[in-house]
Amino acid sequence: MNHDVNKIFQIAGIGIIVAMLHTILKQMGKEEYAQWVTLIGFIVVLYMVITIIDDLFQKIRGVFLFQG
Amino acid sequence: MSAIDIVQIVGIGLIATFLAIVVKEQKPVFAFTITVFTGAIIFLFLIGEIQHIIQMLEGLASKANIEIIYVETVLKIIGIAYIAEFGAQITRDAGQGAIASKIELAGKLLIMAMAIPILKLIIETVLQLLPS
Repeated sequence: MNHDVNKIFQIAGIGIIVAMLHTILKQMGKEEYAQWVTLIGFIVVLYMVITIIDDLFQKIRGVFLFQG
Repeated sequence: MSAIDIVQIVGIGLIATFLAIVVKEQKPVFAFTITVFTGAIIFLFLIGEIQHIIQMLEGLASKANIEIIYVETVLKIIGIAYIAEFGAQITRDAGQGAIASKIELAGKLLIMAMAIPILKLIIETVLQLLPS
């Protein structure tokens, strides 16, 4: 439970840091690097979300007797 | 699980809401992932309790000599409803009302399909009762 709640803060932190990096890189004139940073940050966050969604769906399958 | 856990759940919800508001200013995508994540965590929190309730229902059904296949169908229908609702709400939150409606439609249709064997049994029973 605690582990999961920490991940909410992690996601918010990644979001803020990515936004900062995006702004800085844009100011430096490296537009394409800024896009890549956003994309990679999003993929990392998406991986975390997909892990917990997978966990949730497995549990629902177990509880509600979905075998197939 | 005790009554104090509702405080925990509300706390998680409020914190996630504030974080989502803060992040939404910069990157709306990350705010959306925070929403999804929080929904999943709260659901995971509750699923243990749902399991207890369902075990109790199964115990009652076996004591009342109801065939397990009917109870199983009802449980599956509840499960479909939960999953469809979860997906539809998240999708609607992200501003895709059309996809949310389709998810709900799929949930309703699947529930209908699961209920067909029971419906057929009822009709057959009624037909047997009728004098030929």
